[in-house]
Amino acid sequence: MPEVKKYPNRLGIKGWLLGGKWGPERYLYFLHRVTGLGLLFYFLIHIFVVSSRSFGQEQWETAMGRVTGGIFVVGEFLVFVAFAFHALNGLRLVLVELGILTGKAEDPVFPYRSSLNVQRPFMIVMMILAAILIVVGGYDFFVLAGH
Amino acid sequence: MSMKDTKLWTWHMAAGVIILVLLGAHMLTMHLNGVLPIESLNPAGDDPLDWANVVARGREVSQVFGYIFLVGFGLFHGLYGLRNILFELNPAAGLKRLISVVLLLLGLGLFVYGAWSAVAARTMALSVSG
Repeated sequence: MPEVKKYPNRLGIKGWLLGGKWGPERYLYFLHRVTGLGLLFYFLIHIFVVSSRSFGQEQWETAMGRVTGGIFVVGEFLVFVAFAFHALNGLRLVLVELGILTGKAEDPVFPYRSSLNVQRPFMIVMMILAAILIVVGGYDFFVLAGH
Repeated sequence: MSMKDTKLWTWHMAAGVIILVLLGAHMLTMHLNGVLPIESLNPAGDDPLDWANVVARGREVSQVFGYIFLVGFGLFHGLYGLRNILFELNPAAGLKRLISVVLLLLGLGLFVYGAWSAVAARTMALSVSG
């Protein structure tokens, strides 16, 4: 039986940020995980809060009254920010995973081209789009909605 | 990576793309209503949380199916992602099995509850006059 090499993940969760001196994608990797966990936590609670509509108007308005105003507006906006980032960065990750943004295999001729550099312009475009979406969302949250 | 893991990972990515569309529509309805108002999504006025808007959306079959799909794909994508993060910490084999079972039961339970609430909300919306 061939020997299986084991990687002990010595740094654990700290390795998300301290795994090495990598490029900006390293920080996006960290943010993708943090926003993913945040969205999951919110989503599990959201299923229960939103289900109050099934019990009638009074229950719906009582549930909404408990999660409206003050810190909840800021929290809800943070969920929107997490969604904008996680969705657009996730789209980049899917395209990289499928090999669409990594470039074609080529001979290692100096100066070397890294697959990271091939996807980087798309990464920048996705982050600009996420920033625009966050600004537009912020305008809707804090100006138009009158919070 | 086993063939089962490869399949689950592929579903994880596919679910992410589906969520992008469904959650994008949800955000458009609930949080970008002021910038990009779509009257068919909020026919009773600007506030998407207003009961009249909740009832109007609840009557639409497309909203019910969209909600059920979003709950299903969202739970799978989120809980499978959490499972991967936990597995990276190299838990013992028994703990891995326990994590998988707990997350599977949590996902199935929440999916059944979420799907039921969507159908119940439609039944309730159809019973409201107006």
